[in-house]
Amino acid sequence: MTHWPELEEFLRTDARDVGCDQALRILHVYVDLVLSETGQEAARRYPGVAAHLLACGPCADDYDGLLSAAGGPAGDGRA
Amino acid sequence: MQGTGTARDAALARLHALLLRVARSELRRREGRHPVTGPELDDLAHQAAGDALMAITAKIAEFRGESRFTTWAYKFAVLEVSAKLGRHFWRRPATILETGQWDQLPDRLGLQPDDLAEQAELLAALRRAVEEQLTDRQRRVFLAIVVDGIPLDALVVQLGSSRNALYKVMFDARRKLRAVLAANGYLAGPAGGPAGLDCVRRSS
Repeated sequence: MTHWPELEEFLRTDARDVGCDQALRILHVYVDLVLSETGQEAARRYPGVAAHLLACGPCADDYDGLLSAAGGPAGDGRA
Repeated sequence: MQGTGTARDAALARLHALLLRVARSELRRREGRHPVTGPELDDLAHQAAGDALMAITAKIAEFRGESRFTTWAYKFAVLEVSAKLGRHFWRRPATILETGQWDQLPDRLGLQPDDLAEQAELLAALRRAVEEQLTDRQRRVFLAIVVDGIPLDALVVQLGSSRNALYKVMFDARRKLRAVLAANGYLAGPAGGPAGLDCVRRSS
């Protein structure tokens, strides 16, 4: 059995993951929710987006950038 | 913004200034992950802001007030920056790629050099699964992103595809590889739970 946790993480997929198109379509709503409430609340309301942001680097980067532009610190709200 | 005349022009000018600030800030935030600097960075920021403004004016009727207008508008600038950096990747003279860099894979996936010998069998099984179990498209995308380290948004440009389509290809490839490795006793349990695509993260 493997002791290569990064590989296990890399290969793990989440059935809730909505993909890039859906995540980006509501990214502005998600970001404002993070800023007006909490990252946990945003993830609770949009679990498929949260799952996607955990898995997709480019979309997570866009999320961090939009969160920063809209007034919040990067890194919150992905789970 | 939907009106005409000088009031509209003034609103568009104000919005453009905001978008330009966001684009510049976003390019600076990503410094170290792209080679764009100086006047070229500012030019890219202007291009991103201009294209974002065009997209916003074309889609203004789609804004439904679910977020602040500025957050909705800034999204266009951020996405334009991503897309432009993806295209810029192939313009760099230094972009000379060696394909099939399997020896880079352990490092890309966070394996320490001391653990390399211990995981040699798993690495060989992974390579076998990539070569034998993935479809041609899955293999091509997997090798480009994971083995050769091409950013996803740059691969989108090269293949004339979309981020969503290539992400889906990778998603299916990851699930298939995990199932194969689990079936052969290299990994525990079925696929599921929170994901973590670290080697693709920060690749744009």
